[in-house]
Amino acid sequence: MSTTFSQGSPDVARGDAVGRWIGRHPIWALVIAVAVIFFLWLVLAPWPAGFEDVFGKKRLFVNALFNGVTLGGLYFLVATGFTLIFGLMRNVNLAHGSLYLFGGYMGYEATQWTDSWLFSFVVAFISCAIVGIAMQFFIFRRMEGQDLRQTLVTLGLSIIFADLMVWVWGGNAIQIDTPDYLQGPIPTPIVVAIKSSGEAVFLQYPLVRLVIFAAAVIIGVGMWLALNRTRIGVMIRAGVDDRDMLSVLGYRVQLLFVAVFAFGAGLAGMAGIVGGTFQSISLGEDSHFLLASLQVVIVGGMGSIPGAALGAVIIGLAEQFGQVYFQNYATVSTFVIMVIVLAVRPQGLLGRR
Amino acid sequence: MALLQSTETGPIEIAGAQRGGAFSQWVSRNAAVLLLGIVLIILPAVASNFVLVQVAGWSMILGIIALSLMFLAGYGGMVSLAQMTVAGVSGYMITVFGASSLPAISLFWPWWIAAPIAIIIAVLFGTLTGVLSSRTEGIYTIMITLAIAAAFFYLTLQNWPIFNGFAGFTTIPAPKAFGVNWKDPLPLYYLILFFAALSYAAVVYVSRAPFGLALQGVRDNPRRMEAIGYNVTAHRVAAYAFAALIASIGGILMVWLNNQISPGSAGIEAAIDLLVIAVVGGLGHPIGAFVGAIIYVILRTFALDALVAVGLDGRRFQTLIGLGFLLIVLFSPDGVIGLWRRFVEHATRSANSNSGGNRSGH
Repeated sequence: MSTTFSQGSPDVARGDAVGRWIGRHPIWALVIAVAVIFFLWLVLAPWPAGFEDVFGKKRLFVNALFNGVTLGGLYFLVATGFTLIFGLMRNVNLAHGSLYLFGGYMGYEATQWTDSWLFSFVVAFISCAIVGIAMQFFIFRRMEGQDLRQTLVTLGLSIIFADLMVWVWGGNAIQIDTPDYLQGPIPTPIVVAIKSSGEAVFLQYPLVRLVIFAAAVIIGVGMWLALNRTRIGVMIRAGVDDRDMLSVLGYRVQLLFVAVFAFGAGLAGMAGIVGGTFQSISLGEDSHFLLASLQVVIVGGMGSIPGAALGAVIIGLAEQFGQVYFQNYATVSTFVIMVIVLAVRPQGLLGRR
Repeated sequence: MALLQSTETGPIEIAGAQRGGAFSQWVSRNAAVLLLGIVLIILPAVASNFVLVQVAGWSMILGIIALSLMFLAGYGGMVSLAQMTVAGVSGYMITVFGASSLPAISLFWPWWIAAPIAIIIAVLFGTLTGVLSSRTEGIYTIMITLAIAAAFFYLTLQNWPIFNGFAGFTTIPAPKAFGVNWKDPLPLYYLILFFAALSYAAVVYVSRAPFGLALQGVRDNPRRMEAIGYNVTAHRVAAYAFAALIASIGGILMVWLNNQISPGSAGIEAAIDLLVIAVVGGLGHPIGAFVGAIIYVILRTFALDALVAVGLDGRRFQTLIGLGFLLIVLFSPDGVIGLWRRFVEHATRSANSNSGGNRSGH
């Protein structure tokens, strides 16, 4: 039941693999290529008349697409720490949603005190990382290898954290203000409609969501590089595959565990601010984001960071398109995807057995 | 997995022990359970209706549902968070096919048709959960079943034609049958007691039957069981089906006792509370589920007043539950049952060493 962060092969081999795959499945490759081109056309070109009858307004469609992808970015930030911790320590951290919520609240406090949105990320990262280190150092270190017991402990912690956070911050939803320089929508080069005068109407989209999505992509790529190109990355990947052997070779596995736990928790905390800016943070959001992380890693593949990215985008898109096209079952649709993935490929789309 | 592997050597030992033992031996071995049974039977003579239904009855219902979780986790090594959901499915189905305050949805079929249908649907649902989650192993089960539980919760929350959204159903009394009105406290109490005893006995029996022993083999070493010719997946799925049967009975009783059902009845928090109950009681023995349930219900009913009485904020009830759960998981992985076992062991050992010490001339 080994899991992976990446297939671990260098880019050259990867390119070869794609080429070989196309060589072996020419028809499928063609189908995928056509689908991609059709999709790009769907997004970029103005729609012909008959289309809007089937898909509704193009504005709705493109908005759902953008919302889904940016929500996927947020989900990726939360789920990537979850999957990293799971991959390395076999610890299903059911308190991960609590860390997300805690980060959001700490970030909110920071914006209240310092009025700086960017600084609040530092505060959230550090405060959640400290909680993560404490959890790893005081509790999980003492029950290594007992994954079920660790999971139950995280469950107990999540119950306590949730109650304590209600105590401190109350049950009301809190919104973190978007900073002035990211306020408001910006025009995008995507045509959503043609006015009767023949003038094209372009999509306006909130700048902050695009910036955060870009940040999520940068973090994702950075993590991929760190895992595949640095010494620590090698250690983490080795730990995922065989942590006993890594420890036997004289590496300080405990230190690595603490570092990964702190980083994963910190990412969840930063995601809390993003969530507070996108939507709002309140009581109950902890279990919402814990479940989102679960879905993302189940769909993407447990322990895999590219899998987390893929799963996050799929779940984000499913949720947003669900809200547009079948309102009553938006949340359920994401679970349907999860069940289908489980039935067809239990290890997840990019998971490895 | 140490938590699971430390559990349940008990019934195997018992099963392996000499069967030829006399009746008195059986009685002494099960003294605690027999005593509990007698107390429960005569409880109505002394207890108020509130204690009878809201404390004892509710504990036993939660105990029945937790028992299904204990069966899966303790004997099968599969910690399923979807057992509350199975109970929720049967609870919802009995309101859809039976009676409620919503004639637009409920079909008002008599209980002897509605209840079996509800149980069958819930068992199918539980089996399907088992098929899905047996495709993966160990720690993955907890994630997948949690996700399934959440899916059902959101479905009930957002679906109005069948589940009536967040409002749920009210006025679902236990039926009148055989000249008895089962919604009266006394008959309801005995009805619940009957099914609690029945499911307890069924789990104890199955755990010692060939199927249960094979299931425990699957828990301890699936690859070896596979190698000697057992179908591991089939055993796991069958365990889910059996657990679903127990949970679905609990679900129906839950609806009859509460007189209502809503998404929260089988929500995520309820699912987690159920795991807390099973773990706190102890996954090592079927009685643990009921022990956990009664501790939980007593805490839930009286902790608020108790917290206020010692000068603390009564609203911090959840912290109390979480802390208790944490302490149990940290210091007694086999739950309250394990604490009790160790206490008894310790007591007998110290009694022995005392007498032994005297002889050696301490």
